[in-house]
Amino acid sequence: MSDKIKITLTVNGTAMTAEVEPRRSLADMLRDDLRLTGTHLGCEHGVCGACTVLVDGKPVRSCLMFGVQANGASVRTVEGLADGDRLHPLQQAFWENHGLQCGFCTPGFLMLAAGALEENPDMTDEEIRDVLSSNLCRCTGYQNIVKAVRLAAEVMKAGPAPQATRS
Amino acid sequence: MKPALFDHVAPASIADAVAALAGHPGAMVIAGGQSLLPAMNFRLATPPALIDISRIAELKTLTVTDRAVVVGAMVRHRTVELDPAVARAQPLLAAALAHVAHVPIRNRGTVVGSLCHADASAEMPLLLLLTDGHMVVAGPTGRRTIAAADFFRFHLTTSRAADEIALEAHFPVLPAGAGWAFEEVARRSGDFALASVGVIVERAADGTARKVAIAAGGIASRPIRLTEAENALLGTTLNDETVELAAQAAAAAVTAPGDIHASAPCAASWWRRSSARPSPPHATAPPPPDRDRRRPPPARTAPPPQPPGSDRPTEEDGPDDPDPKEDGPRNIR
Amino acid sequence: MTWIGRSLPRLEDPSLLKGHGTYVADHADGALHVAFARSPLAAGEILGIELPEIAPGGGQVFTAADLHGVGVIRPVLNRPDYRAVGQPALAAGRVVFPGQAVAVAVARTAAEAEDLAEQVFIDIEPQDPILTFDAALAEGARAVHPEAPENVLVEGNLKTKGFDEAVAQAAVVIELDLRSRRQSAVPMETRGGVASYDRATGRVTLVASVQMPHMLRTGLADVVGMAESDLRVIAPDVGGGFGQKMSLFPEYVVLVWLARKLRTKVAWIEDRRENFLASAHSRDQAFFVRGAFSAEGRLLALDANLKSNVGAFSCYPVTCGVEPLMAFGELPGPYVVPEYRGRSRGVTTNTCMMAPYRGVARPMLTFTMERLMEKAAKALGLDAVEIRRRNLITSFPHRSPTGVVYDEGSYLQAMEAAVAHVDVPAFRARQARARTEGRYLGLGVSVFSERTGYGTPVYAQRGMGIVPGYESVDLAMDPSGNVEVRIGSSPHGQGLKTALAQLVADEIGVVPDRVRVIAGDTDATPYGWGTFASRSMVIAGGATKFAAEAAADKLKAIAAKMMEVEVGAVVLDEGYARVPGTNKATPIPDLARAAHHQSQRFGLEAGIRTSGFYDPGGTFSNACHICEVEVDIETGGVKILRFVVVEDAGVLINPMIVDGQIAGGVAQGIGNALYEELIYDEDGNLLTTSLADYLPPTALEVPDLEILHMETISPESVTKAKGVGEGGTIGAPAAVLNAVADALAPFGVEIDEMPATPQKIRLAIRNMAIRNTRAPADV
Repeated sequence: MSDKIKITLTVNGTAMTAEVEPRRSLADMLRDDLRLTGTHLGCEHGVCGACTVLVDGKPVRSCLMFGVQANGASVRTVEGLADGDRLHPLQQAFWENHGLQCGFCTPGFLMLAAGALEENPDMTDEEIRDVLSSNLCRCTGYQNIVKAVRLAAEVMKAGPAPQATRS
Repeated sequence: MKPALFDHVAPASIADAVAALAGHPGAMVIAGGQSLLPAMNFRLATPPALIDISRIAELKTLTVTDRAVVVGAMVRHRTVELDPAVARAQPLLAAALAHVAHVPIRNRGTVVGSLCHADASAEMPLLLLLTDGHMVVAGPTGRRTIAAADFFRFHLTTSRAADEIALEAHFPVLPAGAGWAFEEVARRSGDFALASVGVIVERAADGTARKVAIAAGGIASRPIRLTEAENALLGTTLNDETVELAAQAAAAAVTAPGDIHASAPCAASWWRRSSARPSPPHATAPPPPDRDRRRPPPARTAPPPQPPGSDRPTEEDGPDDPDPKEDGPRNIR
Repeated sequence: MTWIGRSLPRLEDPSLLKGHGTYVADHADGALHVAFARSPLAAGEILGIELPEIAPGGGQVFTAADLHGVGVIRPVLNRPDYRAVGQPALAAGRVVFPGQAVAVAVARTAAEAEDLAEQVFIDIEPQDPILTFDAALAEGARAVHPEAPENVLVEGNLKTKGFDEAVAQAAVVIELDLRSRRQSAVPMETRGGVASYDRATGRVTLVASVQMPHMLRTGLADVVGMAESDLRVIAPDVGGGFGQKMSLFPEYVVLVWLARKLRTKVAWIEDRRENFLASAHSRDQAFFVRGAFSAEGRLLALDANLKSNVGAFSCYPVTCGVEPLMAFGELPGPYVVPEYRGRSRGVTTNTCMMAPYRGVARPMLTFTMERLMEKAAKALGLDAVEIRRRNLITSFPHRSPTGVVYDEGSYLQAMEAAVAHVDVPAFRARQARARTEGRYLGLGVSVFSERTGYGTPVYAQRGMGIVPGYESVDLAMDPSGNVEVRIGSSPHGQGLKTALAQLVADEIGVVPDRVRVIAGDTDATPYGWGTFASRSMVIAGGATKFAAEAAADKLKAIAAKMMEVEVGAVVLDEGYARVPGTNKATPIPDLARAAHHQSQRFGLEAGIRTSGFYDPGGTFSNACHICEVEVDIETGGVKILRFVVVEDAGVLINPMIVDGQIAGGVAQGIGNALYEELIYDEDGNLLTTSLADYLPPTALEVPDLEILHMETISPESVTKAKGVGEGGTIGAPAAVLNAVADALAPFGVEIDEMPATPQKIRLAIRNMAIRNTRAPADV
């Protein structure tokens, strides 16, 4: 029962294989098997959003997905957002606008915003707040996160698409 | 908070899935898993095996016919929410889906999964009941259709048998010219509804309601149709008095026991408020009724048919028109 | 060029943004995993514990019977009214709250450890749980602990001489019966620890998500029974704490014991359910208060009967006195209270332990004083702002009836600035107009003081067995001119390292990038007290400033010798030692290198190593919050339309960080005011063990704030900065709830409880409508 299953997937543009127990969440697989610890677990029941990653381009809770369900998928995590030392516009905007304090929820917010902006680069302020209400932050009071996403959206529209972040 | 051990079975066909379910007593079917995984992480659910239907291609189809929106068991909430053809055929789906948790959950969760989970306050069960939709399930003895009215038994309980797999849900399209509304009250955005309501009204040429459907969530052990309220509106011109009568009938329908967020009297009040607000479109445009001092929600009707190949959202798909005066007459046809 | 006062992007951020932060769970590589079997019941005798049968290699389970030589956690308060109770690492003989750890399972993975823990069967003879003040204080109530037969663990009493006379003279006496429901700090990262045993030295290193690493080391060494030097505690990146991570918890005792017992590495990462059940709760308080006012609206006397449900144990090191005694001592807040009678009790129950949470008792005492002002104004026919004008403290230093000394503040000025900014008359016009449309707007004011940066004198007054308060800092410049600052304080996400680097940069004349602040490692930092009580910037900042001044003096002395000028002629600026008015300049790295490699030239001790120490009496920040809400009378839902903060925290070292503290604090205050509530059922089951049941606000519930600053310079802080970590949370509930009360004024509804949930607001409106037989509107 519950033998490990071998899966292949793409993580941040790199093909990877893992052998996981079916009960291993995608989050735990990323953290413990693939050593990508930027994805954080804040509740393990899908509410806080700290574990948000992009699966096939869409933000999802990696605590509400088994690793085996990611077989064949393309996964992007916070580690894949920057282009080497060059921060992604979202990371840059979070930095400049104090969109983080303790930083624990930050990877989830970054991936949530990255996915949302890829789906709709022209979100209104209301739409930004609405989509950001998916995740919880206990430090910032959100206003600097909202501001950072808004400013990053402008930078992303104005500048060249950050190719390096695409997998 | 890690799940207990289980076997993972990922069949490639419906027949294999039905066989796998039969071969693993106590197994559960997983589609999007957005309700099942939290339950498993808390170890409230400890199925010995999961039948993962995500590899079954024919469950991934979303079809819009002139009669219904047919949602396959592996179609994600968000796919339905953003589909322009669905929005034209049955705009209540997108309106209700916007209330289902949050975008990342809707990116994984499936409409059929939500129907099978059958939370008494969830939006999709309410909608299937409101639209007189039905489910198609498959079991060892073949396929069968279950009407919405027969499908939801109790909170988290449906009439799907343990050896059956839900294949698709049929949401009938919005009748031409019908008015509709969907409203809910929740503690925070994305939380489960404390009370929710959907309304569809069809009117005769003289402006009286000839068909009324009202369904509610969160106020009983399952989504329910409010026949008393429906009857209060039927045959009337939907004036303030009849809407008030319908609201009273709706409030009387609350049977859910209180919980930590809502005592029963409060639920009744929320429900009354929810049901009172979405007044269907008026034939002429009266000022907002006195008792509804807030801006009334826009009442919406089915948009005109689109030219073939057009998938651009219509004006009606856009932001809600806040001015009820412009809403009524323009959309009546 | 100065760095103080600049909104410098934080030095901490790039690694956190790239996902390279290392929180405690990121240190668990190669560890065995630990899961706790917890009591399903609130109270009872343990008749037996059945352990699972485990195949070889399948893990191990331990109970209290295995913990030979391990003591209990028993913090001390030197007061005759304090009843010390001991908290065992694992429950022995009985359980006293639901979720108390009874056994511990160790296995290869977290899931397997959980599998084992789940199979531990705890046979408990249940007792009727005592969950509330009323149950605990009832005549003949069962004692939760034999040490405290009356179920009171701590009690404060005071009556000033002229109290009775003042009350007799009052024109009006206003009564309040207020309640704050139980809440949780909910840091996004739960607690957790990774303890590893070093076979070479026999030492244990505990990496844990904590706010007080040095204190934890002392407490653990005492309880486990080991030399403190054999234990190293590291607080890595900490995902928020807000007070919840400043106490010594039994789980950490078990981890250190296990690492030594098994001579290996063990990891426990708390799950969210455990965090709600068993980490720490707060704010479960009931205040019955009477205010005696003159006809002119002057507060003559305050009479307070305060109760705090402190739960099953006393938190280490600050003890269960922290809420009740702060409530008792600081109730007057920013107001002149000539006479005072107070009684405050910490009541023990079969619930999770109370521990500090951002603001501690101050959100409730601010709610109390601000409701008192509002109700008194109404009773006396005064404007609610005017009555505050007549009662706010305006001369300094001010001494409260409980002996608290307030340094310079701007209570009145901050309120006037906030009121002017909001334009109250314009709001009243909008409110009147809205009411004719059946919409209910409200405006709420909250003026408050925030006691910050206090050292040992204040804690010693409380009678604490362990007296925290001072901070030490060791500073060194390496030969290449980079600065290392080792601090005893330990940040949990607030940006302390950046702010301290800005302080050092100004003193030494280097850019903040060249200043590395080292914190949260007992092997690498001087003994200190961590982060809590809005203290770090004031106290660690002061100590850092002293250390940096000494380093600057030495650099100047070296520069003077090298450039052959008087020491007094040298200034350090932008990376150089310069002599103003000349072209003489030496790069600071050259001075650093000379200090290390040419030390014989200067007649000074080689190198640049200094230290600083600061132990201040404390300084009061102050602020005024004004909130505008709309209440939906049909649902009881509250929408916040506007939130204004006028804050006076002295000199702002990094205004962006200060505003971030305010914004985050206000968001928690809004949660406390409207959304967040931990609920036990009558059997003692906690009903709110998920984030779907316990509701922190999201981006849609928290508005953008309008923040204005004032700057009162206090001699009580050497950096001229006052603390600002808790103010947002202290002031926001009162502002929000006063606004709700204002909105509902036409209904005569009293808001006497936080959180004011839709259900409570709705029921209050409904009850009032029933009582009045007819409602002022269609309800």
